[in-house]
This record gives sequence, structure tokens and C-alpha cells, in this order.
Amino acid sequence: MDTSPPDLVVLASRVRYEEKRIMAALDRRGSRFTHLDSRSLSVTAATDRYAGRVVLNREVGHYRAWYAAEALEAAGARVVNTAAATHLSGDKWLTSAALLRHGLPTPRTALAMTPEAGLKALAEVGYPAVIKPLVGSWGRLVTRVTDEAMAGAVLEHVAALPSPQSHIVYVQELVPKADRDIRVAVVGGRALGATWRRGEDWRTNVARGAVSEPCHLGPELVRLAVAAAAAVGADIAGVDLIEDGDGRLTVLEVNDRVEFRGFESAHGDIDVAGAIADLLITKAEA
Amino acid sequence: MQNVISGAECPECMAEIYVGDDALVSEIIECTDCRSDLEITSVRPPVLSTAPEVEEDWGE
Repeated sequence: MDTSPPDLVVLASRVRYEEKRIMAALDRRGSRFTHLDSRSLSVTAATDRYAGRVVLNREVGHYRAWYAAEALEAAGARVVNTAAATHLSGDKWLTSAALLRHGLPTPRTALAMTPEAGLKALAEVGYPAVIKPLVGSWGRLVTRVTDEAMAGAVLEHVAALPSPQSHIVYVQELVPKADRDIRVAVVGGRALGATWRRGEDWRTNVARGAVSEPCHLGPELVRLAVAAAAAVGADIAGVDLIEDGDGRLTVLEVNDRVEFRGFESAHGDIDVAGAIADLLITKAEA
Repeated sequence: MQNVISGAECPECMAEIYVGDDALVSEIIECTDCRSDLEITSVRPPVLSTAPEVEEDWGE
């Protein structure tokens, strides 16, 4: 009987629909794995304790996910997604810069070093625009501003936030859209499918009650989504795109610890968890 | 169909919550009475605690 520790580790502090589905998919494939609660993780530097392990990073907090990946990689693990990919895709400015570096379409974006400079950045990007926190998800604190007076008030609130990072202001043009964006699930360089995400809130995050519906996965969607995931170095990604008024696709963001409950529910026949399990097994066998 | 292991008590409202046999440690469930998010801290026997509050950097 094989008593060696499993090569596969699922790192997560919250076991939600997605983590449960991935673990069930690994079980179905007869793959041995351990669930490691990231809250209990500590890694001593200069050891090879995790050498040979493949770790799926499903930690819900960005900073914990990023540092856990860095520490595990330093101890010899191969982390999916890599620490570098989590760092890039978890920061909106770094993502925008990576997309532009790879020649991908993304909305006009500016970064201001102070809330005061944010007004100048907004004037250059133009109104209506969106002020977003650099780190964060589910549409939290994302604010649509339609004119300078409104922007000034929002930036006053931004200036009062306690974290120095909050005072770095990320602004982006608001791409006119009906009430929907597109989510493409990418695993191992392959686009699995696409959904429309439609909501009453202008922020079309499923966490804000947006509804997912199947979307045709055309060649341009495939090309952009796969290239966007590659631009941040993500093996597993949920790429969010939007169609502008002229029907041109532009990439909004790349999510490295993708939630896919709405996606699987919309499609029924696309097994994102299974694709992730297959990718992990392939990496463990490599 | 999943089987019920046994009941656990919601730490917020004391309602009895039945935990399925496919439950996992660290899984987040919702109390059917008070709608609180709860974390399964033990499966056999099932023990529940209040789930951690959502932090600023949580997400995808």
C-alpha cells in the first residue's frame, strides 16, 4: 500500500461550491490529495518540504493566496496558479499593464499616486469613469463617477481610507454596455466556454446577484481569453470581457482563483472542476 | 441522495442544522433559520462555528 503523502494539495481556507467540486472531481479520478487549510499554513524558508508537490491555490484572500504561493514555491512546490500569476492578476494595475504589454485590448486606464492626482487622471480618461480599488473583487468599492464634482467627493472618501495602498487611485473609462459582461473560463490554455453575466446592478459580478447565461464562444473570444490568461501567466483563469458599443471585445480583468458556480449552472455540460482536476493530475505526473 | 450524519447547533441562533454525509471541514454553509454563514469545523461529530467575516481582499 502506498503510504507516501499525496502529491496533490488543495489549499483553501473556505470550502465553497468550487473547492468541493474540484475535490470531488479528484476523488472520481482516483487521485490522492490533501486539503490544506491555508489558515494553518506556515512554511520555513530554505527547506524543500513541499518538493514535488502540486498545490492548487484556492485561498479566497488575495494577500494570503499570494504569500502562501510564494512560500510554497520557495519550499519546492509547483503552485497553480503560480505566485507570480496571483500577484499580477490580483492587482488591477498590474493586470492592465500586462494586458497592454501583450497588445490586448483593454479600457483606457490611469493610475494616480494620490487622490488629488486622481482628478487629473479622470480628466484624461474622461467621464463617465470608474474608480476601483487596486486589490479586491466582487465589485466591492468600485464606484462609477459621471462628473468632476462626484469624482471629487469619492476621492475625498478614498483619501480618508486607512491603508496607504488605498490612496493609489486606479481609474478606468466606463465602457458603455447594456447590462452584461462576458466570463470565459480558461484552464490549461484552453477556453472551456463563455457566459453572459447580466445583472440589475451595473457591476455584473455573480457575487452581486448577476445571473449567468450561456454565451457563444466565438474564435475572437477564445483568442482574447486565452491570451489574457497567458498575459498574467495563469493556467486557470476566469477572464472577464465586455463588448463596447461597436461590438468590439475588450478585456476587463483576469481572475486567478476563479469562481465557476454560475458558469457551470449556466452550461450544465461544461465541467470546469473536472478540467482543473485533469490539469493538476497532468502536472503531478509531469 | 445524500444522507444526514446528524444535527449540529447553529452558534448564532441555536437552531438545529443537519449536516450531510458529503460535508467537509472548512465548508461554508448557511443556517436555515437565521441565514448566518457558518463554517463546519468538524464533520464527525458535526460542529459549526460562525464563518469568518469577509475581508477586503477576498474574491476571485
